[in-house]
Amino acid sequence: MFRRLPDAPPATATILVDGRAVRAVPGESVAAALLANGIVACRTTPVSGAARGPYCLMGVCFECLATIDGEPNRQTCLVLVRDGLRIETQSGARGLGP
Amino acid sequence: MTARSFDLAVVGGGLVGAAVAWGAARTGARVVVLDEGDIAFRASRGNFALVWVQSKGMGMPEYAAWTVASSEAWAGFADELGRESGIDVAHRRPGGFHLALSDAELQARADNLKRLHNQPAMQRYPYEILDRERVRGMLPEIGPEVVGGSFCPLDGHTNSLKLLRALHTALARAGTPYLARHAVETILPRGGGGFRLLSSGGTIEAARVALCAGNGNARLAPMLGLSVPVRPQRGQIVVTERVQPFLHHPVVTVRQTDEGSVMLGDSLEETGFDTATGLGVTGTIANRAVRLFPRLARVNVVRTWAALRVMTPDGFPIYEESTSHPGAFVATCHSGVTLAANHARLVGPTIAAGRLPAETFAPFSARRFDVPQAA
Repeated sequence: MFRRLPDAPPATATILVDGRAVRAVPGESVAAALLANGIVACRTTPVSGAARGPYCLMGVCFECLATIDGEPNRQTCLVLVRDGLRIETQSGARGLGP
Repeated sequence: MTARSFDLAVVGGGLVGAAVAWGAARTGARVVVLDEGDIAFRASRGNFALVWVQSKGMGMPEYAAWTVASSEAWAGFADELGRESGIDVAHRRPGGFHLALSDAELQARADNLKRLHNQPAMQRYPYEILDRERVRGMLPEIGPEVVGGSFCPLDGHTNSLKLLRALHTALARAGTPYLARHAVETILPRGGGGFRLLSSGGTIEAARVALCAGNGNARLAPMLGLSVPVRPQRGQIVVTERVQPFLHHPVVTVRQTDEGSVMLGDSLEETGFDTATGLGVTGTIANRAVRLFPRLARVNVVRTWAALRVMTPDGFPIYEESTSHPGAFVATCHSGVTLAANHARLVGPTIAAGRLPAETFAPFSARRFDVPQAA
């Protein structure tokens, strides 16, 4: 559905999405990296269980939430890719955490 | 121009007005609801949604009894409303807590409840003072500062947004018109009985009128020979993102909704008609909530808001019929959620029938304020 622009920088970083290594461009948003890898749903909603994915890509819609490096409900559109980031998609509501 | 005419005009479409109107409409009365619309100060959309009993009634045992009656009726009310509206208002009654962060707070709590229940004519209801370990058995997430609390098995909560929606849906299904953008400006008695209500959206005529306009009742009541000295009292609320269920009993300052959000609240400020929020109060609310449940510290806040309680001088409701203008009634309180069952099952039908029976309602007359202040 999404593909990178021809002049995009090389995807030299590796991030883990649910334990699977995928390639990403250092400095792009995690949301962009998910979409570029065909991962369009990053969570299910707490109330209806419907799938949700990145939408506004600018920090306002809160649809793109995922667990990043153990921290639940992060806005993936506001977190920049670094090599080795761990992303977990979420099912329903987050827990209270540690 | 001929004004539309009804048996009963309810002024105000919040929880009190909607519950009274639904209760009246179910008796077969032709009811209309006049409402300011979305510009209204809407306590019904900003409240904390407790269906609460413990600590109510100090100074007026009849209010404790009235509250217990509504708490007892709530489950049946929610079932009926669910059937007629198709909306589950998520009423639960697992018993609720008031938690203490020091021995002095716990002692004060125990003393208050003892004084409450020692009042003459008090209808006693069950409650317990629990030590830390017993509280922890029921609320495993409490923090180390919690020394104990009071528990009342009659306490519960609901989803008050769903409640308001359910009442309006049930009203619509009953054929009761809800007229938004009909802010009532003047109410005039009609020669030969009944009332004309002049509103921003037009004129309505009705044989009877029920003032359920919250803080607006203070302005409207004198037009009908009533005195309703209510004032706005601000409460601020902090709401978190949804989390998996961890809190299975409502606490008076912290509750988890049916959809997982955690609501934090219970502030009160005398600030007039001002619904601003501020970090001073919301920060204090959040800090105390984290001391009660430390793992909330990692949970994101998604919203804060303020709403205005409808407060009488003594905090108790007013239910009264005008003596100078028979057929004109007022129903006002700051517990539109807790008392919704009573309003739908008792107040609405009795107003539709044209009379508030004195044995139930006499203590709630505003005449109680017409006494000289003690020297």
